[in-house]
Amino acid sequence: MTTVPIGASESPFVVRLDAFSGPLDLLLHLIREQEIDIADIPIATIADQFLEAINELGLNEAADYLEMAAQLLRIKIQLLLPRPFDEEGWEDPRAELVRRLLEYEQIREVASWLVEQVSQQGDRFPRGWLPELPERPPRPLHLTVEDLLLAVEQVIEAMPEPVLHRVVPRPLDVEGATTRIRALFASRDEVNLWEILGDGPTISDILSSLLALLELAKIGFLHLAQHQPFGSLVINRATADPTA
Amino acid sequence: MQPLTRLLEAALFAAAHPLTLADLARLAPEASRAELVQAVNELREHYEQGEHGIELLSLADGFQVVTRPRFAEAIAEAQLVQRPRKPSRAALETLAVIAYRQPVSRAEIEEIRGVNVEGMLRSLHERGIIEVVGRAEGLGRPLLYGTTSLFLELVGLGSQDELPRLEELEVALRPPTEQGEFGEP
Repeated sequence: MTTVPIGASESPFVVRLDAFSGPLDLLLHLIREQEIDIADIPIATIADQFLEAINELGLNEAADYLEMAAQLLRIKIQLLLPRPFDEEGWEDPRAELVRRLLEYEQIREVASWLVEQVSQQGDRFPRGWLPELPERPPRPLHLTVEDLLLAVEQVIEAMPEPVLHRVVPRPLDVEGATTRIRALFASRDEVNLWEILGDGPTISDILSSLLALLELAKIGFLHLAQHQPFGSLVINRATADPTA
Repeated sequence: MQPLTRLLEAALFAAAHPLTLADLARLAPEASRAELVQAVNELREHYEQGEHGIELLSLADGFQVVTRPRFAEAIAEAQLVQRPRKPSRAALETLAVIAYRQPVSRAEIEEIRGVNVEGMLRSLHERGIIEVVGRAEGLGRPLLYGTTSLFLELVGLGSQDELPRLEELEVALRPPTEQGEFGEP
């Protein structure tokens, strides 16, 4: 894509920018090509070549390269400024760039080693390795309206019958139970629960009787007592003996 | 082969990823560590001596049974197995930085590589080759990244220690030389 002739006047060579993994990579390439000592980079020349190389970059890629270009130009300017007489305090503006280049070169070497490793490892197939599924669009459907309606019908048929909860009315007869309890107390003052429930009570009989008992206790007709946990319920006429 | 070795062979055959000694110990709780190592070695030698098409590899802090490289071409050519996608040069550069500097923040990686690595980190993270290992203390508490065991599998390393030592590389990281050594610009 971006092929730029560099330094066409002196040594014409072509740089393919997409072959570089970043500005540091390009910079190292320029330095290598011209057999320059990395510790003594002719910044002015390199900066110009660098700018030439990135001239035709796309906007997105350009940002990283432009940042480096700006740094190179800054270093170039710093080197043009007169140095203080006292050389002790002077720091070569290129020092930081050299450090980064060396550090990057090290990483590049490790990366080359990793490329080799990956290539070797790629020749060893492990068990259970699943190839990535190819992305294929679903095949186009060929059907008639009849096919579609038939399919819809099949789906509807296949649907399970909705399970409705059926509520069976089983009215509680609290009134009847109340009458029965009152009748029992007509002749006695104390009755136990089993007598009230009668023989073989249904669930609604029990519930009706319980509600009736509670209702009668509430209006003060009865007194309910249970002397120990799970003990039998003692049911008295409330007025007969309130202390029981 | 002793029964323990055959048990390990079965497990290693079935596993999709390298099994560690701890995994193998779960398989045979009564076996000691030394017995497990001995069984693994017996299996390795069995594959070496018996002229098998597979071998036992020390990989990602564990062990894995893989096909021998010399059959790779034939298997791939017959399209029986698709070779995994190789990571790009830029991806391996990023992984190199993370492997040596972990835990490392995005800003540090970008400083070393000189390029924006946001998209690259996301892709590596999605593929499980790197993971978030924490947050830095500094401003904004940036995420810190580290490599996973999948990275070791990808690059065929038995452990993190098998990465080349930086001082053994051709280019040793030298500090900037004395000012005097820089020539005139």
